Amino acid sequence: MAILIDTSSRVLVTGLTGRIGSFHTADMIKHGTNVVGGVTPGKGGIKHDGLPVFNTVKGAVAETGADLVICFVPPPFAADAIMEAADAGIKTCVCIADGIPARDMIRVKRYMRRYKAERRMRLIGPNCAGIITPGQAFAGLMPPHIYMPGRVGIVGRSGTLGYEAASQMKEHGIGVSTSVGIGGDPINGSSFRDILELFENDPETDAVVMVGEIGGPQEAEAAAYIRDHMTKPVAAYIAGLSAPKGRRMGHAGAIVSAFGESAQEKVEILGDAGVTIVPTPSSFGEVVAKMVA
Amino acid sequence: MDIHEFQAKDLLKRFGVQVPRGGIAYSPEQAVYRASELSGDKWVVKAQIHSGARGKAGGVRICTSEKEISEAASWMLGRTLVTHQTGPQGKLVNRLYVEEATDIAQEIYLGFVMDRKEERVVVVASAQGGMEIEEISANEPESLIRSVVDPAVGMQAFQAREIAFSLDLDPALIPQAVKTIIGCYRMMEETDANMVEINPLVVTGAGEIVALDAKVSFDDNALFRRPEISELRDKSQEDSRETFASDRGLNYIGLDGEIGCIVNGAGLAMATLDMIKMAGGEPANFLDVGGGASPERVLKSFKAVLNDPNVEAILVNIFAGINRCDWIAEGVIRAVRELNLTMPLVVRLSGTNVEEGRRLIAESGLPIQTAESLADAAEKVVAAWSDTRKSEKGAA
Repeated sequence: MAILIDTSSRVLVTGLTGRIGSFHTADMIKHGTNVVGGVTPGKGGIKHDGLPVFNTVKGAVAETGADLVICFVPPPFAADAIMEAADAGIKTCVCIADGIPARDMIRVKRYMRRYKAERRMRLIGPNCAGIITPGQAFAGLMPPHIYMPGRVGIVGRSGTLGYEAASQMKEHGIGVSTSVGIGGDPINGSSFRDILELFENDPETDAVVMVGEIGGPQEAEAAAYIRDHMTKPVAAYIAGLSAPKGRRMGHAGAIVSAFGESAQEKVEILGDAGVTIVPTPSSFGEVVAKMVA
Repeated sequence: MDIHEFQAKDLLKRFGVQVPRGGIAYSPEQAVYRASELSGDKWVVKAQIHSGARGKAGGVRICTSEKEISEAASWMLGRTLVTHQTGPQGKLVNRLYVEEATDIAQEIYLGFVMDRKEERVVVVASAQGGMEIEEISANEPESLIRSVVDPAVGMQAFQAREIAFSLDLDPALIPQAVKTIIGCYRMMEETDANMVEINPLVVTGAGEIVALDAKVSFDDNALFRRPEISELRDKSQEDSRETFASDRGLNYIGLDGEIGCIVNGAGLAMATLDMIKMAGGEPANFLDVGGGASPERVLKSFKAVLNDPNVEAILVNIFAGINRCDWIAEGVIRAVRELNLTMPLVVRLSGTNVEEGRRLIAESGLPIQTAESLADAAEKVVAAWSDTRKSEKGAA
């Protein structure tokens, strides 16, 4: 199935009736995603754009059998919405919100540990563009037409930089199995390592492109995983070579505050782990083409 | 968001952390008056800027007479102090904090951070206070004590005790140390701070534990629920270009180069700066216009970029997902007309409604260069920028 989402995913939209939720849900449906309903507390029982609306995620799961939540709830309330999805037995939750307090994310991550690993929800994001398995389904904000179905996975923090990678690959005739945005926040649901592991175990993925950036320990952690456990080739680009130390570059997590967090250091660590380095953001196409040839 | 030392100390005091007595002064006369209020015979005059390492830049002075206080205050007020944390442009001193001097018997480092690896609050302490944490971890790594807080229950007294005993404090001081450590943690939790650093935390000759310096910064994403913290913002300590942009709801970071940038998405914006640098130029700013940018927002972005007098050329790089290239193009055209833009402008559009966007730009008849790819865009803007530089030099 590629990873995380495909035609069989039963997608529930939290924050469906808002402007952003409605807009992207229409696009998701148009591109084949099986959206089974939405949740907006207090609006249960109505139909919104033909979709049934529920008051609670538990109620929606009972009626629709939803297994994937895409969360368009605004930042102040997003942590609560994520925990509600986790408690309702959802398998995967994609959270778009940009601006969730870090302390709320610490609580979310702690809360999710209440559930045994086998029924613990997988959180993607927040502050991400979502996930897409081209030609099948997507949950997020991306323009689906730039992705060609294929066998190379993409995992990245930035949405638009991920689009850049996918469209360059398409120009070189390389398709994507699944593209996953893990988001730009300092404390996020799934790490690079978590997604790399899914791609490593996915029979429909042959290679992976990783799009990292300055700040935080996750690229180094991914490098260790790639070196010790991955058999599939990985190419990586790290944004922020020219970013000054101590400045937050747009993403809450894009700040160099400790040793090993600059783009130069990350490139070195990944290179040492056997990763093919994409030297510039305009060479995704060529480098990946050479790697999978 | 960063705050001043005096504000941080005021907050800490509310959570039971002891701080030296002191007061704010805006003039040498006030500084002298503050000292007389405090009484005693030794004071410290401290420049209030958003930076550590002020001592080395002359921003902390120990004084033993009114004359010394007045001289120190005159020297500091209105001066721009440059430390390794402020960058070369430095920060302006508008305020002083005058404190009673403290008799120091022992200096401790105490820091609280949101640790990205643990995804929890981590407390770091060392009996080697006074040095910066980077120096301590380089020179005295074995002196570092770390304790991870479980967010489900918060910091427990035993954890604070363990830290206090590891610091080799006099057993009589343990209850005070525990109160200080728990107080800092509670402040962090209840104000949504993402960093609290007390360096040094001192044991005085009289056996008291006092926070001699304090640095606190807050999670910008949590300010919506902390209006009392938002009030502590001091715009005079920020880059004026960034204040201008943030007041208009734009995500902007000022840099030192000449090529202004307008991009959508933080990652793509960082990558665009990298490409400009690789092409031989220097970016003037980072600017993320965000998703669903209207023509008005694009116009605002141009105003923010042009607010920096160093800007000599502009690159617009948009990969539209939720954005629409036609709206971006409309905004670009309006900006060129309304702002009478004459400097080189390169626009690269890709994604949603790209044909419509390109058509609008082509039909505008304006001198806007377009580019197909990111590499093409960066090369074109750097080339156009260096051409104008050459022709200006030729003309002069």
